[in-house]
Amino acid sequence: MADVAYEPVIGLEIHVQLKTRTKMFCGCELSFGDEPNTHTCPICLGLPGTLPVTNAEAVHFALMIGMALGCEVAPRSIFHRKNYFYPDLPKGYQISQYDIPICGPGRLGDVRIHRAHLEEDAAKLIHVGASGRIHSAESSEVDFNRGGTPLVEIVTEPDIHSPAAATEWLRLLRATLRRLGVSDVNMEEGSLRCDGNVSLRPVGETTLGTKTELKNMNSFRFLERGLEAEIARQEAILRDGGEVEQETLHYDVRSGALSSLRSKEEAHDYRYFPEPDLVPIVPTEAMTERARAAIPELPADRAKRLESELGLPEAQAALLAFRTEVGDFYERTLSAGGESADPRAIANWVTGELVAKLDDGQDPAASRVAPDALAKLVAMVAAKEVSSSAAKDVLGTLVAEGGDPSQIVESAGLGRADESELAAIVDKAMAEQADAVEKVKAGNDNAIGAIVGAIMRETKGRADGGEVQRLIRERLSG
Amino acid sequence: MSSVLDLTAAQAAERVRAGELSASELWQTYRDRAAADELNAFLWVADEAPADVPDGPLGGVPLAVKDLFCTQGIPSAAASRILEGYRPPYTATAVERLTAAGAPMLGKTNMDEFAMGSSNENSGFGAVANPWDRGRVPGGSSGGSAAAVAAGLAPWAIGTDTGGSIRQPAALCGIVGLKPTYGSISRYGMIAFASSLDQAGPLTRDVTDAALLLRHMVGRDPHDSTSTGHPEEVQLPSAERLDGVRFGVPPELTGDGLEPGVREVFDATLKQIEELGGTVTEVALPHSGHAISAYYVIAPAEASANLARFDGVRYGRRAGNGDLLSLYEQTREEGFGPEVKRRIMLGTYALSSGYYDAYYGSAQRVRTKIADDFRAAFESVDVIVTPTSPTVAFELGERTADPLAMYLSDVLTVPMSLAGIPAISIPGGLADGLPVGIQLAGPAFSENKILDAAYALERSSGFDGSPARG
Repeated sequence: MADVAYEPVIGLEIHVQLKTRTKMFCGCELSFGDEPNTHTCPICLGLPGTLPVTNAEAVHFALMIGMALGCEVAPRSIFHRKNYFYPDLPKGYQISQYDIPICGPGRLGDVRIHRAHLEEDAAKLIHVGASGRIHSAESSEVDFNRGGTPLVEIVTEPDIHSPAAATEWLRLLRATLRRLGVSDVNMEEGSLRCDGNVSLRPVGETTLGTKTELKNMNSFRFLERGLEAEIARQEAILRDGGEVEQETLHYDVRSGALSSLRSKEEAHDYRYFPEPDLVPIVPTEAMTERARAAIPELPADRAKRLESELGLPEAQAALLAFRTEVGDFYERTLSAGGESADPRAIANWVTGELVAKLDDGQDPAASRVAPDALAKLVAMVAAKEVSSSAAKDVLGTLVAEGGDPSQIVESAGLGRADESELAAIVDKAMAEQADAVEKVKAGNDNAIGAIVGAIMRETKGRADGGEVQRLIRERLSG
Repeated sequence: MSSVLDLTAAQAAERVRAGELSASELWQTYRDRAAADELNAFLWVADEAPADVPDGPLGGVPLAVKDLFCTQGIPSAAASRILEGYRPPYTATAVERLTAAGAPMLGKTNMDEFAMGSSNENSGFGAVANPWDRGRVPGGSSGGSAAAVAAGLAPWAIGTDTGGSIRQPAALCGIVGLKPTYGSISRYGMIAFASSLDQAGPLTRDVTDAALLLRHMVGRDPHDSTSTGHPEEVQLPSAERLDGVRFGVPPELTGDGLEPGVREVFDATLKQIEELGGTVTEVALPHSGHAISAYYVIAPAEASANLARFDGVRYGRRAGNGDLLSLYEQTREEGFGPEVKRRIMLGTYALSSGYYDAYYGSAQRVRTKIADDFRAAFESVDVIVTPTSPTVAFELGERTADPLAMYLSDVLTVPMSLAGIPAISIPGGLADGLPVGIQLAGPAFSENKILDAAYALERSSGFDGSPARG
C-alpha cells in the first residue's frame, strides 16, 4: 500500500450572488453593508400569506451564465422547496431548483459543468458575543437584508485534479462572470462562494473514492489551502489503511484545521417538492435571444484571440483576458498606437511596468495614464528616442501626474544620450574602471556589468544598455 | 329593521346606490348584530365603518372576512393560537379589491385553524354553532363566514376553499358558497394551507350575491404568479330555464354514502332540473374514489412546508427557554392544535426521502387522472351535479374523535378542488329541518355557466334560507 500514488478528484459548487436590482422573489433592492433589516418587506420576511414572484432579471442573468458556460438551457424548469428550520430562513424552506434546473450540462475551459440553477440566498446571522460564533454567543441576531438575494449555483463535474488547478479554474470562472456583468464576484464579500467536493483514488483507478465536502472557502488562497489540507488528511487516512468518512467539513483559515460540520447520518432530509406558488420558467425565443445578445467576448475567447491574432504568449494573453479592465486598457493603448504599434511591446509594458506601478487591482482606466500617452511612450522606446530604463521613469511620472511622454522626457532631460556624448562617457568610465576592463579582457565577461553600471549612473539611465555594451566591446576589441 | 335584514346584499347595494337606504344605517344594523354574535362566528368585529371605503358597485354593504385573510393592522390569525394577536402590515389582494369596490369590512370570522377541518371545531378560539341548530356544527373550515351569513350577522362573507371549505359549510348552513377556478382570485395575503388548492370565494345568501362578489374578486395579481384572472367578466345570473343544459350525475359520488334525507333532496333537484328543461344523464368519474386519499397526501405535504414559518422567530407566539431547538419545539407545541400537528406530521412523512414517490408522487398522479376524468366528462355534459355533503350538519363533538369520519365530510367536494375547477353549493331543500346543499361543477372558468344554472334552480326551489334572521 505504501507506495500507491493517489490522485485527487475535485468538483466545485459555486454560489454566485447576482447583481440584479431587486431580490429573487420580491421588490426589495439588493444591498451590501447597509443598516441591518432596512431592505426587507413582508415577502422576504416570510410573513404569513405572502407569495414569491420570480425576478425576470435574475432569469435573464441565469440564461447569460448558462450560455457563457455552454450549458443546455432547459425549455422548462421549475422551482422546488428545500425544507429545513433555521433562523436565517424565514419561510422554513429555501426556494431552489432541484431535478429540473434552468441550465443543464456545459463546459468552461477543461472542466465540465454539471448544472447551474437559480435559488434565493439566506439571511445573515450575527452572533453577539466575544467569539462571534454560535456556540457561546450571548444572542444571535438576524439581518434579513441579504435574505432573498438571487443566487446562481454552478456545479462542476469532478474534473479537477489539484488544488492549483481548482483555483486557476475558479479564476477563469470569476473572470467570465465579471465579464458578463452579472455579479460582483467578490469572494471576501460573499458574492462568490465556493464549496469543494474532494476524494482520492489510486492513480489509474476510474471509480471515485468517498468524497467529503469543504464548505465556504472565501478566498482563492483559502480554497487552495483548504483543498491541500483535506487531500493530505484523506491521504493519511488511506495510507493508514483507513476509510474516508462521507461528511461536510469546515476549514479554519487561522488554524488550518478541518472540523466536521455533519456526517452522512446527520445529513438533512430536505423533503424537496415542487414549489406550488411559482409557475415554471419557460424561456421564450425572445428571452434566449436577448440573453445571447448580452454576452460580450468572454475571457477564454479573448485569450485565444490575443494569442492567435496578436501573437502574445499564452500567460500574458491569459492575464489580459482574465483581468478584463487591464485587457480593455491594453486594447485601447494598442489602437491608440495605430498601424505601427507593436502588440507584444505594448503588452509587456501594460502587464509589466504599468500593473506594477498601479495599486493592487486598480483599473488602469481609472489612473492618470492615458492609453495614447502609453502608446506614444512605447513608440519612443522603439524609435530609440528614449532608453527603456528612462521610459520606466517616464511611466512613473505618467502614473503620478499624467501628461505627455515627450514633454516629460524633454523637461526632465531624459532624452536618449547621443553617440558623441555617449562616446566620451564610455571612454571616461573605462579609464576609471581599469580593473573591470582587465578582467573582461582576461575572459570574465560578467565584469562588464561594472562598466555598464558606471555609464548608466553617469547618464542617469538615458543611455541604452545594448548600445553601451556595443560601444564598450568596440573599444575592448579595438 | 327587519326590512333591511330581508334584503340580499345585492338588493341592499342597489338601494344604497339609489339613495333609498343609508349606508350607515346598513352598517349599524349589521355591526350591532355581529357584535352580539352568540354563535362564536366572529373573532373580531369592527367598532366603526372604515373611513377609506369608496363609493362603489358594492354599495357599502358590510363584508365578513375569514380570519385567514391578512388585513392590515387588524388581527389575522387563521384562528390559530400561534398567531394570536398578530396584526399584519398589509392587506390581502382579494380584500383590497372588495374594499375598493365599496364593501367595508365588518369583521373577521372564525374558522378551523389554518383552514384544516370540516366542522369549525378545530378553531383555536372555540367552535361555531350552526344557526339552524346550535347543537350542530356549521361545517368548515369557513364555518364562521357561513354561520354569520346564514344567521344574518353579515350580509355576505368571503372564505377560502381547499377541499370544500366554502361549499360544505355553505351547504350545512343553507346558503350559497362558490369555489372559483383555481387561479381566478389572487391568493396573496391568504395565510396558506395547501397552495396548489387554496382558492378564495364568496359565501352569500343567494346566487346573485355570489356573482356580484365574485365579479369584484377575480383578476390577475402581479403578487401571485399562479393567478390568471378570468377570461370573461363575471355576469349577474339571469337564466330562468335550463333548456338544453346537460347535467351529469357521477355514480361514484352519488351512491351508498348519502344520508336518506340528502338523497331525497338530491333526487328532487334532479326532477327540478328536468322540469326546467335540462337533461340529466350519468357520467363517470372513475378515479374520484381515490380523491380523498390523494388530497390527504397533497394538502398536508404542502401544509407541512407552509406552516414551517411559524417558528417563533419573527412574529406570533414565542415560547422556549432561550435555545433554538426549544424555541421551535415549544412554540409549535403550544401554538398548534392537534389537527394541525397531525397534518404537519402526515405531510412531513409523505415528503420524506424514500417515501416521496410512494405518497406524494402517487397522489399527484391520481390528481392528474381525476382532472382528466373531469375533462372527459365535460365533453358530454355541461354541469356535474352532486350533493355538496353526504350528510346534513352533524352534532358538535360527533366526529372529533374520528379524523377519518371527519375527512369523509369532504368526499364530494375534494375531487373538484384537485381538478382546479369551479363549483357552487346552493341550498336544495331541508332534510329533518336541516339544509341540504346541491353542488354544481363546470369546466375551468365556466363560472358564468354554473352561476346561471344555480340561479335557475334557486328561483324554482323557493328555498328560504333564513333560520334566525329575526
